[in-house]
Amino acid sequence: MTATAIQASAADNRPFDAKDGKLVIAHLLVAFTALLIGGIAGLLQGLVRGGMIELPSELGYYQILTAHGVLMALIFTTYFIIGFLYAGISKTMGGKLIGIASRLGWAGFVLMTIGTILGTIMILANEATVLYTFYAPLKANPFFYIALVFVVVGSWLAGYGIFLQYRYWRKTNKGKISPLFGFMAVSTMLLWQIATIGVAITVLFQFIPWSFGWVEKINVMISRTLFWYFGHPLVYFWLMPAYIAWYICIPKIIGGKIFSDSMARMAFVLFIVLSVPVGFHHQLMEPGIAPIWKYIQVILTFMVVVPSLMTAFAMFATFEQTGRAKGARGLFGWLKKLPWGDVRFFAPFAGMLVFIPAGAGGIINASNQMNALVHNTLWVTGHFHLTVATTVALTFFGVAYWLIPHVLGRQLTPKVNKLGIIQTIIWLVGMFFMSASMHASGLTGAPRRTAYTTYGDHPDSVLWMPYYVVMAIGGTILFIGVILMFYNIIALMRAPKGDASTVAEFPIAETAEEAEPTPRWLERWGVWVGLVIVVVLFAYSIPFGDMLINPAPGSKPWVTW
Amino acid sequence: MHIHRLEKVWLIIGVVMLFIFLGVLGIGAFAMGMQPPTGDHTIDPEKVSETYPFNNPGLEQIGDNEYNAYMIAYAFGFTPAKMEIPLGAKVHFQVTSPDVIHGFQITGTTVNLMAVPGEVNHYTYTFDKPGEYLVLCNEYCGAGHEYMATTIIVK
Repeated sequence: MTATAIQASAADNRPFDAKDGKLVIAHLLVAFTALLIGGIAGLLQGLVRGGMIELPSELGYYQILTAHGVLMALIFTTYFIIGFLYAGISKTMGGKLIGIASRLGWAGFVLMTIGTILGTIMILANEATVLYTFYAPLKANPFFYIALVFVVVGSWLAGYGIFLQYRYWRKTNKGKISPLFGFMAVSTMLLWQIATIGVAITVLFQFIPWSFGWVEKINVMISRTLFWYFGHPLVYFWLMPAYIAWYICIPKIIGGKIFSDSMARMAFVLFIVLSVPVGFHHQLMEPGIAPIWKYIQVILTFMVVVPSLMTAFAMFATFEQTGRAKGARGLFGWLKKLPWGDVRFFAPFAGMLVFIPAGAGGIINASNQMNALVHNTLWVTGHFHLTVATTVALTFFGVAYWLIPHVLGRQLTPKVNKLGIIQTIIWLVGMFFMSASMHASGLTGAPRRTAYTTYGDHPDSVLWMPYYVVMAIGGTILFIGVILMFYNIIALMRAPKGDASTVAEFPIAETAEEAEPTPRWLERWGVWVGLVIVVVLFAYSIPFGDMLINPAPGSKPWVTW
Repeated sequence: MHIHRLEKVWLIIGVVMLFIFLGVLGIGAFAMGMQPPTGDHTIDPEKVSETYPFNNPGLEQIGDNEYNAYMIAYAFGFTPAKMEIPLGAKVHFQVTSPDVIHGFQITGTTVNLMAVPGEVNHYTYTFDKPGEYLVLCNEYCGAGHEYMATTIIVK
């Protein structure tokens, strides 16, 4: 009998710390409010492109698009992630946040919220219609960039709180391996810290001085390269918390155990090391980067597929092992043993299934020649509505159904569970129509990030219109899903109180018996950070150095909207 | 670290597939010339219309049915508009922008490149099929982005 990772299974039945609960709920409420407003924006976009409505003159399509991107892909995601991670580290690493961690969590929340409000005001005032990627030399009001700084620095503070809680746990539990949730939370925020360095440098040293007029010109390729250094690991910042829910919570929900603690940690270490040096696959169609470096970063991109392959295996292994332990027979009998009627399982599982076409699409996008066909088309939009807006979103929704009532000492009632199943199905139907049409029309060249147009009735463009109509229908169905989700959140907040046996549990699985204990070297963070630095220097120093040494002429600001 | 036998099989299959894909991409790119658009060619965005070769945008014949095409993507159109190209011509596009970043996509072809101010992007395409091709901007560039298009006529 060998030692396995110690999970805080006893803590499942303890009530969640009330003070920490407020921090978690604050983050989740901002997240779902952002989802609602971002959802309204998305609905309007779909209806405009489908030719069904015209916007009032005070509102621009690109303004709404900026709001949609920022609120969904930055605010909803970041706030939910921080809320979820803080809940997990409070639960598994001591039962309660230490003072400094709680204060950092709140400080981060305040800074991010100031930034969110300031940014939203700038966008609504049409001062920052630059889309959520804010590419130079489009120039927004400097306070838009300052708002972004507040959001990112706030998220750093949240990360430091998580690191300090982890350090506290290790000091008070010497010799024990860290709880898996804590390990994964630290991995996620470590990746985030490394990734955001790129966007921080470009915003602080390029965009802000340039948008205030202190500096006349901006080097466009340098700003893009710094942005995409950040932009790819950003998606892993979203994916890793979803994987945390899959690795740790889902096995408990289905009545099983974690398949392999070591391999789960290994996957997260691989994400830390391989997520960053791959930004060029978002820049394949750009000048100023030598083809060999584009190809090298494509190779690295393909390598980061591996930890997702590991995760897929671990999930299905868990399902099968659990099913067979419950008496399932035959090749696929274990499928019947899964709790399909439980939204805590059903929503994340739907996310897992969708990740199959989503990930395949990602591999296509990263492939040099195929990228030429799909770059900046609606295909890309179809892809990320599967990855972040379905896989990650449905997993986060599935987590909310137990996290909110658990933290508040309430129940997940059968009625809300049922509404959750319905919401998930609505989401899948709407997303199927919308994303499938996006992929199909994008393949024939339909551009993304473009308002209603028929390009002078050119035949190619006329052929896209039916797809846009289907997208509008899918988007409308999704909007109904957003409304229902928001309703469910309110219902969860007001659910009946529970006692020790009826309160929604915080599902934390134990590990199945492993042949060997989890190796300690997985926790040698210094080694992993060192490896990231080496790989990033390898992938970027020559091409980026070339941009610095032989810079292209810079650009003055442009406000073209 | 113990890895389940089936997981080893799964990962080996996955990694082998990835390497096969990378091989196809690499051979396509480096041996068969199917590289993405690229450019090691800078230009002052404020002086585009005075700087060679963009002081004379359009086609320049350099061989038997082989041309350079110098095009400017600007907010919100392309110069030259409605360019005519002979059927079967091999065209070396050179594209830049005097203002913000634009896309330059010819739908129905593999031409899809970013026009970045300060840089000139290069891509070669042979027009084997006749027709009136739609050229559109697929990188958000401002209020007129959805109108930014032209055509290329191949006959």
